[in-house]
Amino acid sequence: MPMDDAGKTRSGLSRRGFLKTVSAGAAATGLVRETTDTPVASAQEKAIVGPGPVPIKLDINGEAKSLSVEPRVTLLDALRNQLDITGAKKVCDRGTCGACTVLLDGKAIYACSMLAIEAQGHKITTIEGLGSPEKMSDVQSAFVKNDAQQCGFCTPGFVVACTAFVKQHPNASLDDVRDGLGGNLCRCGTYAGITEAVLQVVKGGA
Amino acid sequence: MAKNAWPPADKTVLMGKRIARLDGPAKSTGRAKYAYDMNRPGMLYARLLSSPHAAAKVTAINLDEAKKVPGVVGAWAEIATAEPDNEVRYAGEIIASVAATSEEAAREALTKIQVQYQVLPHLVDDTDATKSDGREQGEDKPDAAAVDAAISGAEVKVSGKYGLACITHACHESHGQVCEFGADGNLYVWPSTQNVSAYAGGLKDASGLAVNQIFVDCQYMGGGFGSKFDSGRWGAISVRISKETGKPVKLMLERDQELLIGGNRPSAYADVTVGATKDGTISVWSSNAWGSGGMGGAGRLGVPYVFTKIPNVRTLSKGVRTNRRGAVAWRAPGHPQACLITMAAIADLAAELKMDELEFFLKNVALTDRPEVYTEELKIAADMIGYKDKAHLRSNPTPGTLKRGLGIGIHTWGGIGNDSQTEVVINPDGAVSVSIGTQDLGVGTRTAVAIVAAETLGLPLDKVQANIGKNSYPPSGASGGSTTIGGVSASTRDASTIALNALLEKVAPVLGVTVDELEARDGKIQVAATPSKSLPWAKACSLLGQMPISGRGENKRGKGVSDGTILDDQGVGGVQIADVSVDVETGQVFINEFVAVQDCGRIVDLLTAESQVYGALIMGVTYALYEECIYDNITGRMLNADLEFYRLATLADVGKLKVHMMTGPGYDTRGVIGLGEPPVIAPGAAISNAVANAIGVRVPTLPLTPEKVLAALEQGGKLA
Repeated sequence: MPMDDAGKTRSGLSRRGFLKTVSAGAAATGLVRETTDTPVASAQEKAIVGPGPVPIKLDINGEAKSLSVEPRVTLLDALRNQLDITGAKKVCDRGTCGACTVLLDGKAIYACSMLAIEAQGHKITTIEGLGSPEKMSDVQSAFVKNDAQQCGFCTPGFVVACTAFVKQHPNASLDDVRDGLGGNLCRCGTYAGITEAVLQVVKGGA
Repeated sequence: MAKNAWPPADKTVLMGKRIARLDGPAKSTGRAKYAYDMNRPGMLYARLLSSPHAAAKVTAINLDEAKKVPGVVGAWAEIATAEPDNEVRYAGEIIASVAATSEEAAREALTKIQVQYQVLPHLVDDTDATKSDGREQGEDKPDAAAVDAAISGAEVKVSGKYGLACITHACHESHGQVCEFGADGNLYVWPSTQNVSAYAGGLKDASGLAVNQIFVDCQYMGGGFGSKFDSGRWGAISVRISKETGKPVKLMLERDQELLIGGNRPSAYADVTVGATKDGTISVWSSNAWGSGGMGGAGRLGVPYVFTKIPNVRTLSKGVRTNRRGAVAWRAPGHPQACLITMAAIADLAAELKMDELEFFLKNVALTDRPEVYTEELKIAADMIGYKDKAHLRSNPTPGTLKRGLGIGIHTWGGIGNDSQTEVVINPDGAVSVSIGTQDLGVGTRTAVAIVAAETLGLPLDKVQANIGKNSYPPSGASGGSTTIGGVSASTRDASTIALNALLEKVAPVLGVTVDELEARDGKIQVAATPSKSLPWAKACSLLGQMPISGRGENKRGKGVSDGTILDDQGVGGVQIADVSVDVETGQVFINEFVAVQDCGRIVDLLTAESQVYGALIMGVTYALYEECIYDNITGRMLNADLEFYRLATLADVGKLKVHMMTGPGYDTRGVIGLGEPPVIAPGAAISNAVANAIGVRVPTLPLTPEKVLAALEQGGKLA
């Protein structure tokens, strides 16, 4: 839609007003996303950003990171390409395989399917924030012990997903594990080890 | 004096035990850096434009708009626009490239490239050999009269069509590399490869450098499965862009390209007739097979598989050229196809005879090269899955709409050790480094190298530093055909023994004995007959003075190590039995249990060896039930070049898996044999046979989708 300098469209509707209309329509049809309190979704109250780079602040593994991203940049690409935090992997790049899984306020999400600017105001935990080779988390230790990894490319996503899963299902059964961890894919075939690892953690045996 | 021969299996400290992989913590904490993770200062992101057409001629490429996208540094045509080199032969073929300061800009630029195609007729369907339109090749017609006579004389015979679809490797880390020209004029490359030592050769022309000026470093790689031996066109393109722009370049295939051009495992289909005597001895095999991996057709189908001693055999085999990217080695090339087609036909023959499948396999085991191994393994696998209690004839299905069945597959593979060299350095402070230009595809090669060195030197595992993944280390073969573990174990044993003997020369006079009386064990150099007479490792090494000592070991394929000792071996057998349920109302197949019994000679690390077999079963479930490159005949395009519709098994799909590794006399008294291929061969056969046993009819081709299961039930009149 062509706009003039004052941010009014030539039809007379302001850009902000236009977004309000769209937003109301979305709410009426129930299409409100869980993240409506993020800056971009509440754009009617704040400045419109993009398409050029925008300064943003992200809370990653407890550290405040300032960066400049185009609004089209995904959280995954911001992590990997701008912050050199490369544990989360890019595999399917469309929310199928889970290799990019990170925690957003403790909940497992696909970082390829969220924009970096949407992630502002949330606590993001990546695989790097869960432990280090010297000090591994219970899930990480259980992965090593049960050889729940081969090439390892899906492993970080799985470890993050399993971390969220065991927190949510502290008494998980085998069936719970099979139901709850279907959102991540492995090509080498490490599911047997992963299943064992998760069951060990919930039993406190890792 | 230390000898190269492996110690007896019951005398080892590390070898053959369950040892967690050394790089497990790096992988599980996200610290492991793969090619895709390498970020270099000022690095450009390169991306490739693929052809949407399966067959076409490119007549014009306009890059102007692409070059205008902010952040774009360059755009290049990668195919000619005039005869004769302007032909596109498959959807996904590389047409152009771009490089930009951001991944987003590179992707945007691809959308701005304008290409004019003159679209040509194509063939992507490989299921009907009669439609191949003169594209078939490699037919072989042996004399057939004896076979015809055997068929007409067979007391029992069955004929059927069997096959499996073309699939792709779908590596999680796509193909590609990061490359950078250093200030020293050398080229530094971080590829995702299964061929570290020879990788640089493919970049010679693009870089204009000699191979010794190209430094390759691949510490971790995200899956290869046979598809990552060479640097590919993408490798050469990224080097050329780096050279032209003076910047480091990252070029990794996008997901759709990975599935389109990363590699194809060829399809295979066959019309088979197989006959037997009334008592159930297979007497004749006749098959007419075809298949396609793409432009190059497909290799000859090696049937009858495993049962190679069937007396009367006729096999016709041809490759059909289709407009898909060519075939690329996929774990055990040709074997999963041959295995499925053979085992399915044989199981159908057993069903026709109303004989139990296990009994039939045991009866005909004399027609294989390894009857003793298969007999033992068949019995173990049957016990593991509770065969006696669960088995039923195909003609006697379980009641209800959820039908349960068992199926068997058996396989073989070579797995001889590749050419490999290792250098072991023992330092005066006792530190040991083991260097070898091999690679770890996720199978545990790094750990295996460390285990062999530590075992030989009598040290704990953490006292040995295993250096792999660089072409500056001693050359070691590509990881293909299950040849790695035999090669690297042998060369590392040899190098460790040579270095150790040099150390023993220094220790012997101090302990007042001859070198022959010494051994390395428990962190000490000790007199074998009187272990109390010893020097701790560090103290022994301090005798070296200023200079480290080293040993260079070498394994020559089939010829042993430097003193002629043979430390590897070849030829393994394995048996797999699947227990499935099939919902005859929906056509869905569920894996209840799946067992594998596998021989791989001397085991280096039992934990990672078992992981290989578990992984192979899971990959096998995937190609048996889900995987297929689905092509649209009209547009010539692959419809599922993504991970949503190119379906891989999830954790919920694989059922209960059990693995048994053969050990003991006859097994771990052999040399070390590779394990990458063998266990991935039989799953398709075992699962297909189990489904046939469950529902009473054969679903002819893999993957065993609900649609095909229902169609087979309908055709067989077995719909509940």
